Amino acid sequence: MPYKRPKRPTTEPALVRWILITGALLFLGLFLVVPLVAVFVQAFSKGVGYYLHTLNNPATLSAIKLTAIAAGISVPLNCIFGVAAAWAIAKFDFFGKNVLITLIDLPFCVSPVISGFVYVLVFGAQGWLGPWLIAHNIKIIFEVPGIVLATMFVTFPFVARELIPLMQAQGRAEEEAARTLGARGWQTFWRVTLPNIKWGLLYGVILCNARAMGEFGAVSVVSGHIVGQTDTMTLYVQALYENYDSTGAFAVASVLAFLALMTLGLKEWVERKGATLAEAERKS
Amino acid sequence: MLLSRHRRVLPGFRLTIGFTLFYLGLIVLIPLAATFAKTGELTWHQFLRAVASPAAFAAYRLSFGASFLAALVNAIFGLLVAWVLVRYKFWGKRLMDALVDLPFALPTAVAGITLATLYAQNGWIGRWLVPFGIEVSYTQVGVFVALTFIGLPFVVRTLQPVLEDFDQEIEEAAATLGANRFKTFCRVILPMIFPALLTGFALAFARALGEYGSVVFISSNIPLKTQIVPVLIMNKLEQFDYAGATALAIVMLVVSFTLLLAINWLQWWNTRHYEQT
Repeated sequence: MPYKRPKRPTTEPALVRWILITGALLFLGLFLVVPLVAVFVQAFSKGVGYYLHTLNNPATLSAIKLTAIAAGISVPLNCIFGVAAAWAIAKFDFFGKNVLITLIDLPFCVSPVISGFVYVLVFGAQGWLGPWLIAHNIKIIFEVPGIVLATMFVTFPFVARELIPLMQAQGRAEEEAARTLGARGWQTFWRVTLPNIKWGLLYGVILCNARAMGEFGAVSVVSGHIVGQTDTMTLYVQALYENYDSTGAFAVASVLAFLALMTLGLKEWVERKGATLAEAERKS
Repeated sequence: MLLSRHRRVLPGFRLTIGFTLFYLGLIVLIPLAATFAKTGELTWHQFLRAVASPAAFAAYRLSFGASFLAALVNAIFGLLVAWVLVRYKFWGKRLMDALVDLPFALPTAVAGITLATLYAQNGWIGRWLVPFGIEVSYTQVGVFVALTFIGLPFVVRTLQPVLEDFDQEIEEAAATLGANRFKTFCRVILPMIFPALLTGFALAFARALGEYGSVVFISSNIPLKTQIVPVLIMNKLEQFDYAGATALAIVMLVVSFTLLLAINWLQWWNTRHYEQT
């Protein structure tokens, strides 16, 4: 009699497994793979020439520049904020800490449209500071500063939210040891804390940057929608699409989709790196 | 003094908490407060006209209904995907695992135009639905499809760590006691992962309620029919009806804050649930 492997009690029959895997793959295929492939196929549907022509257009280049400016300002500021907030929350005890953590999460639960709108109510012509800004000829809403502010709002929690639990888990012992051994405050931060949190920080920055470059709803409210001036890449995609240049819209969209894929790749890499380091630490 | 009973060894508390509060206030709290203050300038009549109009009610119904359905579909398929990714080995698993986060990384506008094109009557997916009389793009079904896409990662990502840490000895015990796999799943596994499943559902629902970018392209934004609340707010802004937009924004903000508190409570319940078991 041939040896029959006993059935393992903690898994399903092969047929059930096969059905479940197929179901999951079909769902992911339909909702993730097909749209992703479609972006690139649509982008090249009028040939490489048209694709390059769209990307090399001054309006496209200006949109790319504006997106880079918005991300370039909001990511570093939110990064500094994230480190400062995580330091205060993880290294000290104070009253109202949990309220503070909840408040930091607020922008996540606010609709993008409202995120843009709140700045209109502060800086817009009818807003709190509106009359003063008009008198001093400072333009924020429907101009670049509004776009930067809206981007800062929607990407506000990303870095802080990665670092707070990480630094809380790491505790204070290492920093306290460094201080006892005579290290100054900044020395402790650069030599002890930063090396400990660098992968978490990088992870937060990657997510923050992806959202900053991809934000649409919030910047849509505060942008003047002038092609070549106040259109970010996502807004330019909309402008092209609504002008019946669908291929052009997908060409610009394909750049954003490529950046999204880069984000996923980097994220995988950082996750794996972090996991290997944690493993190595546990063994040593 | 109570605070300085033992002197703080680490420096930088004043600097970091100061900057944190300053930046939080400047970027988040003051603008949000401005919105609430602006509501104070509205008369009751103005407020009610905006939040209780037929267009607003139709938008609430579609926003809440489509978000709920999308979160439900994501809860079911998210459970399936998380289960398959944690428990089984198959070709392309790592790629699929990485791809789950695509809706987080892909700009919503890109998702919006792509879904609208795919599900249009001549689109890759839409053309197969035409013979069955199903129209997706530019209908309420389209709103549901877009909301399902953007909520997809939440349930998978909340369930994965819980399933990975799941103690399989409990399943063995159930098997020894004579339960078959289906019974073990329904009676043992599902109750244990339920808090995480509910958290994922709530996160997907909250995200769907506020979504704008992916929906605006696939719904044709017909008032009373395919308009969700964020799109309605946007319309009011484009017509410079700031009073109406503020009133609707306040309703949405109150709903979102309530959901945020509910989600925080769920997560707290979640951790407590697993510490006990």
